[in-house]
Amino acid sequence: MAEKVKSPKMSRREFTKIVTAFLGTVMGAIMGIPIIGYVIDPALKSQESDAWISLGPLEKYPIGAPTPFSFTLTKVNGWERTTTSYGVFVLRHSENESDIKVLSNRCTHLSCRVSWKEPEQTYDCPCHDARFNIEGEVVYGPPPHPLDTYAYKIEEGVLFINPTPQEA
Amino acid sequence: MADKIFAWLDERLGLEGIYGAVLDRKVPKVNWWFTLGSASLFLFVMQGITGIFLTMYYVPDPTKAYDSIEYIMNGLAFGWLIRGVHHWGASLMVLVVFLHMLRTFFFGAYKFPRELTWLTGVLLLLLTLGMGFTGYLLPWNQRAYWATTVGTAIAGSVPFVGDFILKVLRGGPDLSALTLTRFFSAHIWMLPAALAGLIGVHMYLIIRLGISHIPKEDE
Ligand code: HEM
Ligand code: FES
Repeated sequence: MAEKVKSPKMSRREFTKIVTAFLGTVMGAIMGIPIIGYVIDPALKSQESDAWISLGPLEKYPIGAPTPFSFTLTKVNGWERTTTSYGVFVLRHSENESDIKVLSNRCTHLSCRVSWKEPEQTYDCPCHDARFNIEGEVVYGPPPHPLDTYAYKIEEGVLFINPTPQEA
Repeated sequence: MADKIFAWLDERLGLEGIYGAVLDRKVPKVNWWFTLGSASLFLFVMQGITGIFLTMYYVPDPTKAYDSIEYIMNGLAFGWLIRGVHHWGASLMVLVVFLHMLRTFFFGAYKFPRELTWLTGVLLLLLTLGMGFTGYLLPWNQRAYWATTVGTAIAGSVPFVGDFILKVLRGGPDLSALTLTRFFSAHIWMLPAALAGLIGVHMYLIIRLGISHIPKEDE
């Protein structure tokens, strides 16, 4: 039978080995590549939401005094939703609509929440004794940079912020 | 260079010897039915790989199991493929293992000296069915829930000890979170570990005894 027909180029055994290795590689790739996609997929998805958040009418924010506002954002992680609350300070420097600063209350050191101290005119972080001035710049303490800010816009007298904070 | 590394490893690990014993065996003239055992092994490995990756997103909890599978199917790249292979592979494995058993039966391959190969094979079939039974509950949808309700109730119909068996299977009198976690544990740890161990024994016996030849007319 077939064994008797000796090819000068390749033995039956070699041929089988090559075909097996080839098919094995093809099958490995057919499963292996999708598996890699499956594993890294959650890392490739962007979670940033870009729906603007309304902070209410601009006129309710006094000029010269940081006013706190908090909101929640819901993130969907696979089969689970996590609602996290965020706090900001709205600081109007003047009547001018473009003269506003919206600061995050998240300390830039290790994410504790800072609070506004009226007498000192500073934001203080309780965790590692840090202090920021009214503009969010570090006065002392371990934070590496000023408080984050939020991009904002005003539409028909209502203040909106973009929920993704920007590093100052 | 590669040759040198191989020679170094071979000297210490005896790779050539393993290769010779495992793959370079003498095999009688056989036919395609003799590939069903290897097909079973291939499916077992495939189920293992896809199953491991499914546990990356699956959650064995009644409030989350269904949603986590929904996420695998619709929220993830290739989730449908991994789950699809595991889903269809499961049915195919039961079928192939069963056909393999029929082939060894009809070719009389269970006879001396292969009784233990047959015996471990019977356990392998039972374990494979156990994998199907426990895996079926995991999606925690209506079909899974009622299939397991019925399946465990059948086990509960055994005289005298039936009620006890039913409670052990369900982790209580009713299907609950406890049923799901124990089925999950059995499906991903206990049964696969037992399968892997027994496949090892089964394969050892095949390598030790060699494959039986196709019976002749006068045998
Ligand atoms: C997970 C399930 C199983 C796997 C992975 C498996 C694997 C294998 C493999 C690779 C062989 C080599 C020869 C061939 O492929 O025909 C074999 C032989 C054999 N198997 Fe299985 N098997 C399984 C289940 C079973 C079952 C359910 C039985 C019977 C109850 C069984 C009985 C035998 C016997 C008697 C032989 C020896 C055949 C001979 O020497 O000709 N096996 N098995
Ligand atoms: S977290 Fe605010 S100072 Fe450390």
